[in-house]
Amino acid sequence: MAQEINKPRPASPPVGNALFSTTVDEDIEPPLALSYLEDQGDKIYTATQWQLTWWRFRRHKMAMASLWLLAILYLVAIFSEFIAPADPNIYDEKYAYAPPQGIHFIDSSGTFHLRPFVYGLKSERDMETMRMVFVPDEEAMYPLGFFTVGKPTKFWGLFEMDRHLFGPLDPNAAFFPLGGDRLGRDMFSRIVYGTRISMSVGLVGILISLALGIFFGGISGYYGGIWDTIIQRVIEFFRSIPTIPLWMGLSAAVPKEWSPLRMYFAITVLLSLIGWTGLARVVRGRFLSLREEDFVLAAKLGGSSEMRIIFRHMVPSFTSHIIASLTLSIPSVILAETALSFLGLGLRPPVISWGVLLQESQNLRAVATAPWLLMPGLAVVIAVLAFNFVGDGLRDAADPYAL
Amino acid sequence: MLQYIIQRLLLMTITLVAVSLVSFVIIELPPGDYVTAYAATLASSGDSVDQARLDSLRKQFGLDLPIYQRYLKWTWDILHGDFGYSFVWNKPVSELIWERIGLTFAISFSALMVTWILGFLIGVYSAVRQYSFGDYLFTTFSFIGLGIPDFLLALVLLWIGFRYFDTNVGGLFSRDYQTAAWSFAKFVDMLKHLWVPLIVLGVGGTAGLIRIMRANLLDELRKPYVETARAKGVSERRLLLRYPVRIALNPFISTAGWALPGLINGATIISVVLSLPTAGPLLLNALLAQDMYLAASFILILSALTVIGTLISDILLAWLDPRIRYQ
Repeated sequence: MAQEINKPRPASPPVGNALFSTTVDEDIEPPLALSYLEDQGDKIYTATQWQLTWWRFRRHKMAMASLWLLAILYLVAIFSEFIAPADPNIYDEKYAYAPPQGIHFIDSSGTFHLRPFVYGLKSERDMETMRMVFVPDEEAMYPLGFFTVGKPTKFWGLFEMDRHLFGPLDPNAAFFPLGGDRLGRDMFSRIVYGTRISMSVGLVGILISLALGIFFGGISGYYGGIWDTIIQRVIEFFRSIPTIPLWMGLSAAVPKEWSPLRMYFAITVLLSLIGWTGLARVVRGRFLSLREEDFVLAAKLGGSSEMRIIFRHMVPSFTSHIIASLTLSIPSVILAETALSFLGLGLRPPVISWGVLLQESQNLRAVATAPWLLMPGLAVVIAVLAFNFVGDGLRDAADPYAL
Repeated sequence: MLQYIIQRLLLMTITLVAVSLVSFVIIELPPGDYVTAYAATLASSGDSVDQARLDSLRKQFGLDLPIYQRYLKWTWDILHGDFGYSFVWNKPVSELIWERIGLTFAISFSALMVTWILGFLIGVYSAVRQYSFGDYLFTTFSFIGLGIPDFLLALVLLWIGFRYFDTNVGGLFSRDYQTAAWSFAKFVDMLKHLWVPLIVLGVGGTAGLIRIMRANLLDELRKPYVETARAKGVSERRLLLRYPVRIALNPFISTAGWALPGLINGATIISVVLSLPTAGPLLLNALLAQDMYLAASFILILSALTVIGTLISDILLAWLDPRIRYQ
């Protein structure tokens, strides 16, 4: 898996405004990589480091697109109840393995409808295989709309709400935009609710990793010596053992009778306990290279306390690198959660995460008749790719002075 | 060099002790022990459970000893090749695991080879023909390869095989050879099935290596010495292979160390999906059934062998790259 993500780059040359005063010379082309500054005019002389980082990041088109994608995914995670057209736990045997309904604008007689609609589903016996198959019922047309009134759900478990972002105008119509599962639950709604768990596991897990990584990496890099040796050996230990068997063992030991919430935190903590090593290495590398910088020496001579040197002078100069490597390590947490839940060792139903949803596709026969059971996997791939692109963009932008 | 090797060997010993401790903790974590589970099975099948018998069983397995003595006894037994007893299979663990672990490593190692060869060729191509159509194609491929979890890829391949070719691409042997003893014919049969797990395992690693190889080689190609050599009239091929490729090759050896744990990870999961007769499915079942000695032995041996593999790759790297040796 994508573990080795962030090799510390060589320290940036200590350039300040001096660099820019040379580059504005009429005859000299601005250096290629700094061309992102071209259209900023005089603002570059006063721009903060974050401003420069942002300008540079903006140039990375895939990263920008992915950033939007992530924003959408997190909005979906926050407002799942509103965005999902159906309750993810409502089941209807009648619609077990119902195929995705196409959303149409033109009906079978060729008439165009401004309002999109779906056909109803009816089951028929396939005369060749003698199996029951779903066919669209062209008699029944269910128009769709935005902000429709559907079944009431409890928003964040706090208050009742019956508006949904979209859905059939008739609240009793069958609506399966991505098909139904084994029990006739709406796959789309389940994926939407799964977003909440899967995307937050990544964030929460990485925050714990971050705390551990900064603590141990900081000690290791700032103080060095015997602590550095010990911590580096521990990290090497973690990196040289195969994590999946270990995770499997540890999460199998989490008591099965724990409540979903407790289970969620147990799994997240487990994932981050093993995942902090990469971050610790990045932090250590940064501390090691910054320790030798002149401004640190100056702060020391100026009589700053150790804490002040670390938090006022050193940390701000590598925050952007930390954010980049954080972003790059979120996917591995998401993937690990998905894999564990898929195997039945992570989160368990009734909790809905993408991994839990994929458990259903372990049955090959079910997948053969209902390939849309693999759809949660697509969600995983999209989320992981988006994080990777944003992380890549951030890593390139983290050092806006680099050529 | 000798000093470096001795140093690494010492470190490895410490790591192995740590691995054994972690595995032992995994045995101890679930509530109750071996005998409680045994009693539960007896009770569920209707047999009467006699407390005296349970106590004698506890004594027999040494479960009445304090925890550190149990750990020492467990490791002592392991050093003598006794990994405890599998409760579900009713067999000593050592009879169950070796063939499966062998297959796990065979698959992981072949996947590593495939990864290296493909990663090298494509990486060099992508760097030399930067921004060409092929480069974009492989870049897209490698990003997708990094994003797809391997078990999902396995599922998709299974589904495609089932749906469009009407065959089951899972498994490692045809039905005729499943229980047969090892023979040349069985080996050939295995090779015929091996490509599916190799593709699945190789994609992620290859994608990563392409990225690294491309980036490293690009860095190298921009250096002044390359320009100098070109100015002196060295042919492009010689120019490429003489130094830049050699330097960019380093990560191949150094990544072997961390690629191995990753491959074992992947092999464990995809074996469950593709029902390969490797460590994965047995480990999963052992964990689900709380057959802890079997599970811990798997974790212990897989980790220990990975640690040894990492050591070998470290020594290889030090041998190839003097900068590491003299650090």
